Amino acid sequence: MTTAVGQETWVGRPLQRLEDDALLKGLGRYMDDIEPVANVRHAAILRSAFAHARITRLDPSAALELPGVVGVLTGADVLELSRPFPVGVDGVRPYYAAATDVARYAGEPLAVVVARDRYIAEDALELIEVDYEPLDPVLDPEQGELVSDRSFSYGEPDAAFAEAALVVRERFTFPRWSCQPLETYGVVADWDEGSGVLTAWANFQGPFTLHSVAAGALGLPGSRLRLITPSDSGGSFGIKAAVYVYVVLIGLASRKLGVPVRWTEDRLEHLVGSAASTSRRTELEAAFAADGELLALRYDVLEDVGAYLRAPEPATTYRMHGSLTGAYRCRSVAARNRVVLTNRCPSGLNRGFGGPQLYFPLERTMEIGARRLGLDPAAVRRRNLIAADAFPYRTPSGGLYDSGDYEACLDDALELVRYDERREEQAAARAEGRLVGIGLACVVEPSISNMGYVTLAQTAEERAGTLPKSGNAEGATVAIGPLGGITIRIATTPQGQGHKTVCAQVVADVLGVQPDEVEVLTEVDTSTTAWTVASGNYSSRFSGVGTGAVYLAAQKIAAKLQAIRDHLGDESLSLRRAAGIAHWHPDALPEGMEAGLYETAYFAAPNLAPPDNDDRVASSAAHGFLVDVAVVEVERATGEVRVLDYVTVHDAGRLLNPLLAEGQVRGGFAHGIGAALFERVVYDDDGNLLTGTFMDYLCPTAPDIPRLRLGHRETPSPFTPLGAKGLGEGTTMSVPAAMANAVADALGVEDVELPLTPSRVWELLSR
Amino acid sequence: MKPCRFEYARPGSVDEVLDLLAEHGSEAKVLAGGQSLVPALNMRLARPTVLVDINDVFDLDNVAETDRALRVDALVRQADPRLRRIPLVAQALPFVGHFVTRNRGTLAGSIAHADAAAELPLALTVLGGHVVVASKNGRREIPADEFFVSHYTTELRPDELVVETVWPLPRPGESFAFEELAQRHGDFALCMCAVTAGADGLRVGLGSVVDRPTLVEVDPKHPGASAAEQVDPPGHLHASPQYLRHLVEVLVDRAVARARGAAA
Amino acid sequence: MTAVAVTVNGRRYREEVEPRLLLSDFLRHVVGLTGTHVGCEHGVCGACTVLLEGVAVRACLMLAVQVDGAELTTVEGIARNGELNPLQAAFKECHALQCGFCTPGILMAATDLLSRDGAPTRTEIENMLSGHICRCTGYEPIVDAIEKAAGA
Repeated sequence: MTTAVGQETWVGRPLQRLEDDALLKGLGRYMDDIEPVANVRHAAILRSAFAHARITRLDPSAALELPGVVGVLTGADVLELSRPFPVGVDGVRPYYAAATDVARYAGEPLAVVVARDRYIAEDALELIEVDYEPLDPVLDPEQGELVSDRSFSYGEPDAAFAEAALVVRERFTFPRWSCQPLETYGVVADWDEGSGVLTAWANFQGPFTLHSVAAGALGLPGSRLRLITPSDSGGSFGIKAAVYVYVVLIGLASRKLGVPVRWTEDRLEHLVGSAASTSRRTELEAAFAADGELLALRYDVLEDVGAYLRAPEPATTYRMHGSLTGAYRCRSVAARNRVVLTNRCPSGLNRGFGGPQLYFPLERTMEIGARRLGLDPAAVRRRNLIAADAFPYRTPSGGLYDSGDYEACLDDALELVRYDERREEQAAARAEGRLVGIGLACVVEPSISNMGYVTLAQTAEERAGTLPKSGNAEGATVAIGPLGGITIRIATTPQGQGHKTVCAQVVADVLGVQPDEVEVLTEVDTSTTAWTVASGNYSSRFSGVGTGAVYLAAQKIAAKLQAIRDHLGDESLSLRRAAGIAHWHPDALPEGMEAGLYETAYFAAPNLAPPDNDDRVASSAAHGFLVDVAVVEVERATGEVRVLDYVTVHDAGRLLNPLLAEGQVRGGFAHGIGAALFERVVYDDDGNLLTGTFMDYLCPTAPDIPRLRLGHRETPSPFTPLGAKGLGEGTTMSVPAAMANAVADALGVEDVELPLTPSRVWELLSR
Repeated sequence: MKPCRFEYARPGSVDEVLDLLAEHGSEAKVLAGGQSLVPALNMRLARPTVLVDINDVFDLDNVAETDRALRVDALVRQADPRLRRIPLVAQALPFVGHFVTRNRGTLAGSIAHADAAAELPLALTVLGGHVVVASKNGRREIPADEFFVSHYTTELRPDELVVETVWPLPRPGESFAFEELAQRHGDFALCMCAVTAGADGLRVGLGSVVDRPTLVEVDPKHPGASAAEQVDPPGHLHASPQYLRHLVEVLVDRAVARARGAAA
Repeated sequence: MTAVAVTVNGRRYREEVEPRLLLSDFLRHVVGLTGTHVGCEHGVCGACTVLLEGVAVRACLMLAVQVDGAELTTVEGIARNGELNPLQAAFKECHALQCGFCTPGILMAATDLLSRDGAPTRTEIENMLSGHICRCTGYEPIVDAIEKAAGA
């Protein structure tokens, strides 16, 4: 380390972003802005008009006659040229990039037209003749095809329920919703018949396991699927993980037609056919002692993943498995997880991924339990929080919580919101007939997923026959050129989080330079970038393992520079000079040292293992914590929910850049408000999408987002090199629960549903 | 989301527009601000063979006062400050789309489009305004409450162009209120209500919960409740029929109270 | 095909286009200025907002043929001699952008707002922003930035 003792580090400072100047001048390089290969033709996708139908005839001949049309890829071609996408559960219905005989959701691709431009391609879509034989769609998850059914039990839940003073047993539904980033999916695929390599540029957020899944479907060794992610991405929040399906589909079109093909998804396609969260019905039973101690939990989960089990599903169901007991020291928990198929668009990653679905029932239940016991909900939380001296803390289901001081966060949040005064104000307001409510949520926010957790969908016996998985590693490269220029190459596919800035801060500290002296390449190329099967941007993994790999690579470089200085006996040798020697003058290097300065490092969290034989798993490497308090007023006349105050106190370990950290908390909050008050994906009884435009799918806008007051604590993680944890998803997990708790409190009811639209709230009021 | 092919015409005078409409009839579509038409083109819901762009028509953006009414030409944009002279419109406009769409969207375009959840048709109806339409056969002036037939449907014939909308100006002592509730700012309303209160009593109109801007006779003592009895709104994705009917009561009462308060 | 002669950011362009070509596609793929982004193509998200004769409009709701003879400004045209203008600088200082995809449209709409009203209230700024969807920031930093630029 060349950072002098006492000198302030770059890490930890609210440094303004290195990304911003270009983006503010309109000079970003997003997927649809780049023309990576010549002679590209443009695709439009014909999509099923029915939620469930046999395709008895698909005739593209009239489309092929249209001037400007290059050709058409049909479901029959997809069947011939590709294999089903691999997935982690055996025996499920095969899933291809397009429907091959039966369409199973409205919007499922049936064919791809490739033409001179998108306008002509859309003209040609209308000329394809399709005969459908409609089949009955399944939309009720209770009637869905069961593809996975596993039960788990940890501790002694039966005994705990037997001795409970209060058993709360309620049913909760978390609705399907969707991240809807402003930039839609985009792919350019170039199948090189000569080399047999498919090069695809896509605003993917991998490579992740999904590069392997796509290669498997294409029947290619991974080395022949070269996936390149442009340097800028217009947001994802998880949803762009499913771009891989279109990498395959457009790749096949390029292969069949012998031209490079571009497809830029439009918004209607994104709403109908990209991905969405699962919807989850949870029947949750909770055993409480009379003093509010949570004794046991029993989950019965029904997860609707849509028409196909699409990798990485059923990961939504298992992402939070190590956190089934939330922030509480409850030692007994049981869960039955059923995953079912219905005739909806397949689910996928969505900000919070499994967290909102877990915390809505859990935190509602904590509130209901407190209310029924006549206890203050904050006091019941405090009664149960894991103690500060218990870390690292092993949860009954195997989660390993790295660090934290949960009670201190609760104290901070209650103080920030002035909880006691708020309760007095609430009582006074109620006396005036006003409907004021206060709701809490305590949320453990996992980050850095252990990809082994999804193997919990298999039994221990089934797992025994497969390669054990605990993947979470990230790679990074730091290089110094012959003139001293520093370059970092990462595989974390940022989508707006500011990875360039943070990486530059980390390396600036290690190498003793200014952050703006460091070039950070965010473009990922699976043929040339150092990556692992876990690489990418999901599970808030950047601040832990992404920066970890960069830090280690920079340390390797620093060590080499130091060795050169030591060898030459010149401690004052500048970085530029030392680097120059490594390139220009290898003869002067120490015995055995390789020339050049190009170091790659990988970092994997030290605390993750595959699930054990008792189905325990440390499902994530790091765990932040947050406490939210929402104070709302419901307008009696209209059912409108007004937020009077909203407070969140977050502990995500060491904050690498507080400015960016706050941005993540605010962004997660806005998504959480969306889920709480506005957003849901709705299908009618025939399986047609009703929320198919931005007029119907209600993304909140500026006047809809209440003011947020934030607090931070920093309890470093012992498991990441810089002590940082992820923090991009916590408020998305907490807000729906806290808002539902506040509205339930305001109305004095228990059965609140999301989203809390004025109509629904008024109906609760007028019962 | 790209439009179908169409022929494009950019006539410079109203007469040329009317010639084109006479020639192409329902195959033609008039493009004014385009804030409703172009989304429909992009979704291929509107498929005209000829698009008649009136934005270059000479002298079609005047606002003139005659006979205690403001006559607003077809190309006057919703953001035009001259419209603030019509108090009910001034109240309604912040609810119409957004800052940027009001820059381009026209008053007349919203009237001709006749979305049942649009604010301006309701305002015109409650004010007792008129729509002036022209064809090669001449002009006619249609009272607003006859012009709007149902959702997206008006008395406008395929060969006619809305050239002007006529907005009565306030009479002494008259006051106005516009109330609406939408889930997000700028969305089409779940329910809206416009009220004038003057010497001849209350005039109350409803939008969104009906298939066209609809005037209702209200009991001055129980305006909201009496209005709610007269509508039977269908429920939809965002709201139940019971809730919408309830909103009628709430918003009518609010609007009436506000209009009366302003008059007092 | 129809001739279009247009000035964008002070530079003249003469092209022949199909009448149905959207202005957003024209700017991005014919003129080659990709800073104007396409987010929904039905006028809701605001990402494609540009200035037409100084007035903010949705580029996805106009045809390229409609701007014949007009003067346009896109996000590429607002920096001053390569330096961020005060509005852009305020966005950077307030961390009012993350992925940056919605940002060009918001900058253009805010430019129009500030040109008419030097000191809009927070509520006025929020109401203007209701025509723009940002999924990253939660909007508050954007409101802060516009307020800051107004005061600058």
